[in-house]
Amino acid sequence: MATLSTAPPIDPAWRSRVTWAVVAIMVLIPTGWLAEFNPATLWGQQSLRATGQFLATFFPPRVDLPFLDLVAGATWKTVAIATVGTTLAVMIAAPLALLATRVLSVSALAGGRMCTACAAARLAIRTILILLRSIPEIVWALLFVRAVGLGDTAGVIAIALTYGGMLGKVYIEILESGETQATRALLANGASRTQAFLYGTLPVCLPELMSYTIYRWECAIRASVVMGFVGAGGLGQQMELSMKMLAGGEVLTMLLVFVGLVFVADAVSGYLRRWLA
Amino acid sequence: MNGLGRSVIAPVAFLLFLGACVASLTGDWASLFSFEALGKMADFAGGFVPPATDAPFLRKVAWAALETLAISVLGTLLAVIGGLVLALPAAGRWGATAKVASRGVLNVARAIPELVWASMIVVAAGLGPFAGTLALAFHTTGVLGRLFAESLENVPPEANEALRRNGVGSTAAFWYSTLPQALPQLTSYTLYRWENNIRAATVLGVVGAGGLGQLLYFHLSLFQTHEASTVLFAMIVLVAIVDVLSNRLRNRMA
Repeated sequence: MATLSTAPPIDPAWRSRVTWAVVAIMVLIPTGWLAEFNPATLWGQQSLRATGQFLATFFPPRVDLPFLDLVAGATWKTVAIATVGTTLAVMIAAPLALLATRVLSVSALAGGRMCTACAAARLAIRTILILLRSIPEIVWALLFVRAVGLGDTAGVIAIALTYGGMLGKVYIEILESGETQATRALLANGASRTQAFLYGTLPVCLPELMSYTIYRWECAIRASVVMGFVGAGGLGQQMELSMKMLAGGEVLTMLLVFVGLVFVADAVSGYLRRWLA
Repeated sequence: MNGLGRSVIAPVAFLLFLGACVASLTGDWASLFSFEALGKMADFAGGFVPPATDAPFLRKVAWAALETLAISVLGTLLAVIGGLVLALPAAGRWGATAKVASRGVLNVARAIPELVWASMIVVAAGLGPFAGTLALAFHTTGVLGRLFAESLENVPPEANEALRRNGVGSTAAFWYSTLPQALPQLTSYTLYRWENNIRAATVLGVVGAGGLGQLLYFHLSLFQTHEASTVLFAMIVLVAIVDVLSNRLRNRMA
């Protein structure tokens, strides 16, 4: 009986600790094998030489004027792809979100339930939005590079489609989470749906809608650099070319420009969003 | 001024900016919407149905999906280790110099997208999933390291102080007070990142870093659209499964 009053001799949580350790090992071994995880390859003769040579070319970064001119052009192109793509995405998302939101449902007003056809239409639109955003933008870009050729058009379309899906979903959420009483009151008192939207919903939700759109524009800038790697124009395409030629100095310059661009986009987006709030 | 700025100046400035952007794009949009181009695109899209479903190919796709899953899991786990190691100095535990230095490292790691990491690492690690794993690990270390540092900083210090006052060493105090207190948040950040990384892992293959992306790139390059369609489908399903799994895990822990 004396043992009961003293501390337990072994770790009271040993069962869960052992279970977790066993599970972790059972997951890690096949995972490492599947991912061909083998750090030794990094220290192989050939790989060390290739890495060393590639890294050595990074310094100094290339900063002659013709190259900087090229980079500046590519950077502006990246911004242009992101901006035009996001604008098109808004043009896709806004009408779809308006059609799909429950806030503006007239049939929902009367009995609290939507008519079956209306509900089906809303579900269809939501499914389209899910499809648009579940394919990553770089895959859209890859597809459109095949369909319309190399260049910025593929990038613009890719951003428009993926971000259209994302913006649409969030627009719906914003419209439905905002204060809906004004809209309901307007609809119940005989205002048309356009009027109810313009005077009831929009004034309440506009700052948040704008803020999220600007945030997405910032993401689109990052995405459009990455999409360049599959040939969709802009800074990424130049970076990919330089990497293929193992021209580290050019890569470093462009990486620095990229980081600067993301920083500026972040600052601009933050400033605009504070100003709108 | 503010009212005028919002209702007149801002829209005009935006339109000017948008106009400049449109003007600098080289794409020929008019011909893009011509009947000929639309017909070509419809042909291209039509090539995606039906998806290829022969058994050997499906096995290949399933294998690539497993590979993608492995890349995302291992990349995230490596990043948890790296993130935690860098989060300790970044949370200011080892002085101001270490804090600034580790934050700098984390910022650089985070600023470079996974795909750019992958295209550089392919030089060192060769083509294949290992390069993808390392690429995910580097970028995610940057992301998780910063989040981890913030949660470590926000842990209420009382428990840690109580242990220290009673003579416990700083390492033991970290293991028995600070870490357990921060653990739920660290786990939830990690799961959230895993959801993100499965998406990234599906596309990393585009630069040769293994998984479904590499398969997609391969078949699209050969214009084998039926096969590409199957791979696309697998990508969507894989992401959906991971979303559900991760959501369940998070709800159970919350």
